[in-house]
Amino acid sequence: MTATTTTPTAAVPAASLDEPTRPPLPRLVRVEIRKMVDTRSGRWLLALIALSAVAMMPVMLFAAPRHEQSLAEMVSAAQLGIALLLPVLGILSVTTEWSQRTSLATFTLVPDRHRVAAAKLAAGWALALALAAASVLVAVAGRAVGEVLNRSGGSWELAPEQLGKVALLALISVSMGVAFGMLFMNTPLAIVLYFLLPNLWSAIGAMVSKLERAAGWLDTNRTMGAIGDPGVTAGEWTRLAVSLAVWLLLPLVVGLVRLHRREVK
Amino acid sequence: MIEVSGLSKRYGDVPAVRDVSFRCEPGTVTGFLGPNGAGKSTTMRMICGLTPPTGGAATVRGVPYRRIANPGRHVGVLLDAAAQHPGRTGREVLTLTADLLGVERARVGRMMEAVGLSPKAARRRVGGYSLGMRQRLGIAQALMGDPSVLILDEPANGLDPEGIFWMRTLLRDFADRGGTVLLSSHLLREVEAVADRFVVIAGGRIAAQGTKAELLTAPGGMVVRGLDPEALEGALRRVGLVAEPDGAGAFAVRATAEQVGRAAAEAGVVLLELRQAGGGGLEELFMMVTSGPRETR
Repeated sequence: MTATTTTPTAAVPAASLDEPTRPPLPRLVRVEIRKMVDTRSGRWLLALIALSAVAMMPVMLFAAPRHEQSLAEMVSAAQLGIALLLPVLGILSVTTEWSQRTSLATFTLVPDRHRVAAAKLAAGWALALALAAASVLVAVAGRAVGEVLNRSGGSWELAPEQLGKVALLALISVSMGVAFGMLFMNTPLAIVLYFLLPNLWSAIGAMVSKLERAAGWLDTNRTMGAIGDPGVTAGEWTRLAVSLAVWLLLPLVVGLVRLHRREVK
Repeated sequence: MIEVSGLSKRYGDVPAVRDVSFRCEPGTVTGFLGPNGAGKSTTMRMICGLTPPTGGAATVRGVPYRRIANPGRHVGVLLDAAAQHPGRTGREVLTLTADLLGVERARVGRMMEAVGLSPKAARRRVGGYSLGMRQRLGIAQALMGDPSVLILDEPANGLDPEGIFWMRTLLRDFADRGGTVLLSSHLLREVEAVADRFVVIAGGRIAAQGTKAELLTAPGGMVVRGLDPEALEGALRRVGLVAEPDGAGAFAVRATAEQVGRAAAEAGVVLLELRQAGGGGLEELFMMVTSGPRETR
């Protein structure tokens, strides 16, 4: 440099660019969680997911037979809406960056795009676990109301195994959403295809007998449904793993490659 | 300091930026000028590592932007003030940035004050902001990490005259304290008063660059008028010069006075006027170089 002798910044050695250090991952995760709850639309979605669990309680209390109104059944019922809506939470956490064009600021401040993706996944997990925990509390409240109204006759027992599965399915649901969001990077496309593709596969699997065997391995409606029931066999776990390799791992990997290459505008 | 060397970007067969090189020194404001679609934004995105270049390289303070550990602490970037989530409040946008960069939250309030966003405005959602307010918010976001380099794409868009004056003062102060500023505009007037150096881009290529004085005396800025415009144009073309009609009977020519004079003399064309372009400030030059020789591909 020639004409810069009077400027102080020119004297700063290039090594100083390593300082301050890059934002640590936990900080990125905190910021991503905040981004998912700091808008009205984000808060509405979270409220809707929680309400979906609450809405199942009157259904259980007034429609299910007395002896089926156990805490375990109520926990299962509370998961219905959550399993349906958690993927949307995951999808939106990725696609709103593109639809609102906040990706411009996000990737300018954190150029390593894979770290942003990891932070989004972890943020999705945190919210999914919080919502799953809330759904269990809702189920406990539902069972208590059933007791007070003298409508519920089932047990209060809740196996730790079931809690583990509730958490696992919540994590899988939100992860699939993040993967689809990353793959399509477009809100309507990702949401429609997320619901369409696996269900199309279910329908075809049911219609075409030759695909029946394959559907048992690849249809997430079936493989994940099997996990929800008590007494899961090793074969059912394997089927879950195979179906997730196709519907979670594959979109996630392809999505990461796309994210890495995509031009941010 | 920003250094751009041989940057190129092609979209399929369409070249958007071709072999662009320039450097921005600390303590200076560089005006990056060109009509809309000239390749300014693409170049700036390539500098910031958002668009992978087809060729060439760019460094900020000596390293590629993406190699900087926490870039927001060294480089303030505003590429599009409209690119904000409309559902977030102004304060929330800045809080997220402060958290991400690891600067204390107290800076949020200070930055809002620095860019003239009232506490009341900061509590409102960005969706209700005017473009001018979004520009101020974007500047606050860019300044959050106390950077030594600023890269701003069309920051004066949507600002009122008072806002443009404010921005000028802010950028001048920033550069006078040793900072490096690169700001783009498609309107010369917005940056003419604040920039020390100009890089003029047209059709993806650098059309001219240098200080104001250098550009005004550069060969290439001549206005010539002849008794017979057609004969004059023919005479210039014969020696390989491109004459751009200015619509008032004269031509803008990128050549020296001597070249134009000789061409006219050889053809026996009577000249009525031959002078340096730039009587109307940089504007004339800007118009001339950016509307310059038609691209032949």
